[in-house]
Amino acid sequence: MSIDLQTVKKIASLSRISVSDAEAEAMVPELNNILGWVEQLGEVDVTGVEPMTAVIPNHQRLRDDVVTDGNVRDKVLANAPQAEHGFFAVPKVIE
Amino acid sequence: MTGWKMTELTDLTVAEIRDGFRAGDFSARDVAEGFNANVAAAKALNAFIVETPDKALEAADAADKAKAAGVPLGPLAGVPIGMKDLFCTQGVQTTAASHMLEGFVPTYESTVSGKLWAAGAGMLGKLNLDQFAMGSSNETSYFGNVISPWKRGGGDNAALAPGGSSGGSSSAIAARLCPAATGTDTGGSIRQPAAFTGISGIKPTYGRCSRWGIVAFASSLDQAGPMARTVRDNAILLEVMAGFDSKDSTSLDLPVPQWEASLSSDLRGKTVGIPKEYRPDGLNAEISAMWDRGVAWLKDAGADVVEVSLPHTKYALPAYYIIAPAEASSNLARYDGVRYGQRDLPDGAGLQDMYAATRAAGFGPEVKRRIMIGTYVLSAGFYDAYYTQAQKVRALIARDFELAFEQCDLLLTPTAPSASFALGEKQADPLAMYLNDVFTVPASLAGLPAMSVPGGLDAGGLPLGLQIIGNALDEQTVLNAGLALEERAGFTARADKWW
Repeated sequence: MSIDLQTVKKIASLSRISVSDAEAEAMVPELNNILGWVEQLGEVDVTGVEPMTAVIPNHQRLRDDVVTDGNVRDKVLANAPQAEHGFFAVPKVIE
Repeated sequence: MTGWKMTELTDLTVAEIRDGFRAGDFSARDVAEGFNANVAAAKALNAFIVETPDKALEAADAADKAKAAGVPLGPLAGVPIGMKDLFCTQGVQTTAASHMLEGFVPTYESTVSGKLWAAGAGMLGKLNLDQFAMGSSNETSYFGNVISPWKRGGGDNAALAPGGSSGGSSSAIAARLCPAATGTDTGGSIRQPAAFTGISGIKPTYGRCSRWGIVAFASSLDQAGPMARTVRDNAILLEVMAGFDSKDSTSLDLPVPQWEASLSSDLRGKTVGIPKEYRPDGLNAEISAMWDRGVAWLKDAGADVVEVSLPHTKYALPAYYIIAPAEASSNLARYDGVRYGQRDLPDGAGLQDMYAATRAAGFGPEVKRRIMIGTYVLSAGFYDAYYTQAQKVRALIARDFELAFEQCDLLLTPTAPSASFALGEKQADPLAMYLNDVFTVPASLAGLPAMSVPGGLDAGGLPLGLQIIGNALDEQTVLNAGLALEERAGFTARADKWW
């Protein structure tokens, strides 16, 4: 299946990356080239094969449900582009 | 400093620095000053994004003081190293070579870097890399290309790729700017740069090294490992870097073996598998010949050799280029201009516009390409056709290895399909660049330990690498085979200094 300009724009939007029309147009052949190439995977017979979930068998560990971290608000905010009154600040959200 | 010149100190291996410092042959400060001087004089290689000479001196002075006081010394006391700029370092800018994280100064230390500092190592600086570790040539860094110290013979002055993504690490080690460095490997990012620059590097079994505090690319594949000039040095560093960490849910809760103490190049009783699928029609004749030499060297070390088959090898690369971008698109969703990193807020923009503008300005073209491919293959209606299929093929690739390891103890292959190429040579075609990872990606998908060691030079005078792939958790056999190859290859070539 090949993707068109509209699909590229939709992917960009889903990815939250703004692209100009010219950029999106340049991406059409690029992405098609890559996606066309990965499509060869379709020819592999995977009947009865479970998708891999862990490369090395490892069990999920449980730990006691106690606080092990926290009280580092200022450290968390230290790299924020904009922090105010102990919070991350963002532009107005109008939906 | 009795009897030692700075230039000699910077030619020493990690083991030699460690042992010489302990024996009192030179001070840790002498070593740190020597490497600091080399780093400062090598701007033309662009291997470092940030230089931290004071950090190197601070660790060196602490080591000298501890030694004078008779306090027990850490295993890396007196050894300065380079740190790939993908590891978060407290108080020192960490960028993943991206504009997005320019100016990001972590308030915490990655587990692996923290272990190295606790062992006494000092930091010479943060090493350049492909942006977010996405690339095979170090041409995607926001901070400019890293240049390999190597040049083709015959007066060809073209700037060559040091490999990627750990290209700052490989270039710096080959140029004697540091005796060792950290790398990370998602699809070959330790092994391919090591091969391109005539050094060694090992990606351990997935889960050996904690991923905590390493800027994430593809979480099911990312694994840290050392890079250095010798196999022994790799063993020394890996012992420090590995170990269980409760902060990484995929960290393996296993003791760290004494890899250095157990090093042995005697391979009697071991069987080496030669995967026939790694010798496709049209394989570079020099690569093929080097591979044959490697087989002969392992036989000479006492190993038996069998041909094995890994039938799904040709599907590893396309599976990787679905899985890695899918995981990257998810991991890199965190760069939203809110919590850290760049923010681009156009006039009058709302929150959604801010996200899109921030990400457009903060990510380079290759990163955007992979995020978009990942977003596409995970999107509604395509998930099963791409992602689930790729994960099934991945299971088959891992199964191939399992079956092969019923017949043999390790595999020997070339590391890369060619020697280093000139910068710009492959950049126009993303797909051609991806093909560079053809021999390294399968072991990544299966989570297996794999190492590259120098195998010789090609006709143009450029290094070629041999790859050893081991069974899960069997780094020792990988290192031992690496040592056997190292002893027989007698690789002493080094780049002529032009920088």
